[in-house]
Amino acid sequence: MDGNKAPNVKGVDSPGRRTVYSLCGMCAVRCPIQVEVQDGRVVWIQGNPNDKTMGTSLCAKGAAAIAFENDDERPQYPLIRTGARGGGQWRRASWDEALDYIAEKLQGVIDKFGGKGIAFSDRGGPFADLQKTFVKSLGSPNYFNHDCTCGRNAQHASQSLFGMGRKGLGMDIKNTKHLVLYGRNMIESLQVKEVKDFMDALGKGAKCTYIDVRATLTASKASRFWMIRPNTEYALNLAFIHVVLAENLYDADFVKKWVVGLDELRESVKETTPEWAEKMTGVPAGEIKAAIREIAADRPNVIFHLGWMTARHRQSFYTSRTAHILNALMGNIEQTGGLIIAKGTGDYGLKGLNKLDQRAPKVEDPRVDGVGTKFKHFDKGPGLMHLLFPAILSGEPYPMGAYIAYRHDPLTSLPDPDVMKQALDKLDLIVSIDVNYSETAWYADVILPEATFLERGSIIAEKKGAKPNLQLRDQCISPRFDSRPAWWIFREILRRLGKSEPLEFETLEDIWAYQLEGTDVSLEELRSKGVLGLVSKEERRDRDTGLGFKTASGKVEMISPALDEAGLPSLAPFYDPPANEPGQFNLVFGRVAYHNHAHTMNNPLLNELMSENALWINKATGGELGIGDGDTIEVKSNGYSTKGKVRLTEFIHPEAAFMVHGFGRTVPLQTRTYGKGMADQRLMKGKLTSYDPAGGGNCLTETVISVKKA
Amino acid sequence: MSKYYLLQDSERCIGCLACEVSCKSNKSLPVGPALCKNMSVGPVEIKSLPRVRFVFMPCFHCEDPWCLDVCPSGAIQKRAGDGIVFIEPNLCIGCKSCITACPWGACQWDPAAAKAVKCDYCKDRLDEGLKPACVTKCLTQCLEFGVADKLPSGRRERFAAQIARDAFNPKG
Ligand code: SF4
Ligand code: SF4
Ligand code: SF4
Repeated sequence: MDGNKAPNVKGVDSPGRRTVYSLCGMCAVRCPIQVEVQDGRVVWIQGNPNDKTMGTSLCAKGAAAIAFENDDERPQYPLIRTGARGGGQWRRASWDEALDYIAEKLQGVIDKFGGKGIAFSDRGGPFADLQKTFVKSLGSPNYFNHDCTCGRNAQHASQSLFGMGRKGLGMDIKNTKHLVLYGRNMIESLQVKEVKDFMDALGKGAKCTYIDVRATLTASKASRFWMIRPNTEYALNLAFIHVVLAENLYDADFVKKWVVGLDELRESVKETTPEWAEKMTGVPAGEIKAAIREIAADRPNVIFHLGWMTARHRQSFYTSRTAHILNALMGNIEQTGGLIIAKGTGDYGLKGLNKLDQRAPKVEDPRVDGVGTKFKHFDKGPGLMHLLFPAILSGEPYPMGAYIAYRHDPLTSLPDPDVMKQALDKLDLIVSIDVNYSETAWYADVILPEATFLERGSIIAEKKGAKPNLQLRDQCISPRFDSRPAWWIFREILRRLGKSEPLEFETLEDIWAYQLEGTDVSLEELRSKGVLGLVSKEERRDRDTGLGFKTASGKVEMISPALDEAGLPSLAPFYDPPANEPGQFNLVFGRVAYHNHAHTMNNPLLNELMSENALWINKATGGELGIGDGDTIEVKSNGYSTKGKVRLTEFIHPEAAFMVHGFGRTVPLQTRTYGKGMADQRLMKGKLTSYDPAGGGNCLTETVISVKKA
Repeated sequence: MSKYYLLQDSERCIGCLACEVSCKSNKSLPVGPALCKNMSVGPVEIKSLPRVRFVFMPCFHCEDPWCLDVCPSGAIQKRAGDGIVFIEPNLCIGCKSCITACPWGACQWDPAAAKAVKCDYCKDRLDEGLKPACVTKCLTQCLEFGVADKLPSGRRERFAAQIARDAFNPKG
């Protein structure tokens, strides 16, 4: 075998027709898919009907996967930078050459600073065991993911109350009677199965209260929509809790058994009446009262969604936390139509997958972002990536020498790329491993093209839930270009550093065999279905005795010892954000259903549907500024300015402006999207170091922009 | 009229455009033509709530097709048996008469092939016992495809359930 080639999974090259079950990779949801391959080419992709909820459905991005596969405007072979960083001058390198180059630089960093001088980031997900094993094998504690600009606040909120992360409590949306959403745009930031459940629930008569600064498509399906003043949903929750406690709308039995700190909670919301909240949020007090009474009447089959992308403002953590407090007050835990505790194989007495991570030696060094040492109330796992950049710049607590981005594009997804670039400039090595030319790849020293999700297999994923299951991303076709799967790339780097023991497998099948060893599942069975349920009957925990929260008290804690210790309030007073000057707006960003966050903008089929973003502002407000619909406008923030189109609509709050994230790209090789539209992250000047101190997520929607006709 | 009907439940449609992309992907179409379009109207305010309606527009496979009548080369044909109206690409001379003639804009122009293209209900898939691409992948399964004299009754069922709910629970 050519030592420079990654072995395909057996059978990938066989001629004729094959049906392969896999997991979509067009966004981070990773829906189960069924792929039809004809003579080595993908001819059809649909949802994997072996997953009942999924059925044959697929979203537009998933449906555009063949166009992505056939697109030439993606990295095709390893590239080594020749000009200045970001200058766009590259030379083609062989894999051996690129990997040797990387290994030599990494060895230099290890010699100078130790393994801890290497930082790595990805976008989390069910295959993270592989990446974590790689980073640990390098001897670094500095594994990061994207979550500081995503769900960290919700994660920490959930941990502070239940001792479990946000995925520890799944939502039974399909059976709910009332779902409360705080800017969680289910329909456009979509997950296929979740949307289907949501539409099923609405079809069965469920209600939905949707709270946002603008009317999204989710608002268009909701039974109640409040166009709220930007960054004030926390006040609304405080008023909800006020009414729930004042009018005894809560599940007294559940609260008595499972909640500690009710008195403190009561004290904290003494003054947060609906009338008070009306002044903060603009939502009429009468409507707040009517809504919470209506919701409480349907308890326990109700859900207050704690948010997905919660890196919004300095009180996002408390918004999520109070949403979960409302869940506890409604007694909706381990309830149909409420929240169901996610169970793993262990909960059902089954042996789970063997983790790769346990093969790597333990790393004793502290994290460079201070998570776990300076910041003990944050979850150590992926740390907080925004804290990496100030650490690189200051060299404290220790100097860093290299950064590897794996399918993560911080220069697009974190705020203020200029500051990030200053930090990156201090490093000896920047590597991007990606299927796309990301903005970060364009700034890197080496780009390693990963095989696309259709061209690679991934390690087996084990998913917790009401019933745990296994999911397989099988390899559908051979790589079209000179690209490689991640497991091979990581192994090859480690081999060159003499650290490959933990990932020393010849083929992906060998990794799968290791993962499955000792379980009851055979690879054949898993491959024949793609998604394999591990238990037939769902078991619920005993709501009287067995909920088993992972807090010190075993109960839902209104006062969190970890926050106490960090000197942070568990039940914080509301901070009233200052009103904007005329012509100024809070910048809010989001998605449409046919683009993912930032790497489908150049896809031929999706670019055709939307090739440029526009800034939404309120029609009346725009009129006052002399701006007409479709005008070209200049948008400014803290010295940065950009131009784009405006969309005037009455369906956005006068103090907010909105744009779809991911545009304004600067990589000329992406010809369809190059230079089109505006980049919200560049307007977020100063927001890299601005975060919710209790939750850790960035305060992105505190960005204030000014807008005028260009 | 073809014997088939493609029905959209607008209330369940979410405007995700998976239908349009699935269609284009299946037919390997370049930028430009869209054999089906899910048109959205709104948002408009109805009873103080924002509401959007969707109208799914494939080809209607007319009984007496305007497009077929004007086609000078015999490229547009009606399939015996099920009445599907389709374009035989080898016969299309690219005159665009059908594009002018169709009252609903269903006939499209493929700039790469320099020929007209239109929805054929994915007849090759139908012949394999499958459903059209848009219907198969429709994210919420709000598109239904079937024989016109056996139309699904989902909307009636939902309406009946709603009436019953209101009757049992007068306060709403
Ligand atoms: S939501 Fe769409 S793009 Fe994301 S994994 Fe699912 S099908 Fe693929
Ligand atoms: S293309 Fe237009 S005229 Fe021709 S069958 Fe379809 S809907 Fe009728
Ligand atoms: S795929 Fe279905 S739900 Fe999505 S826009 Fe098309 S018809 Fe509507």
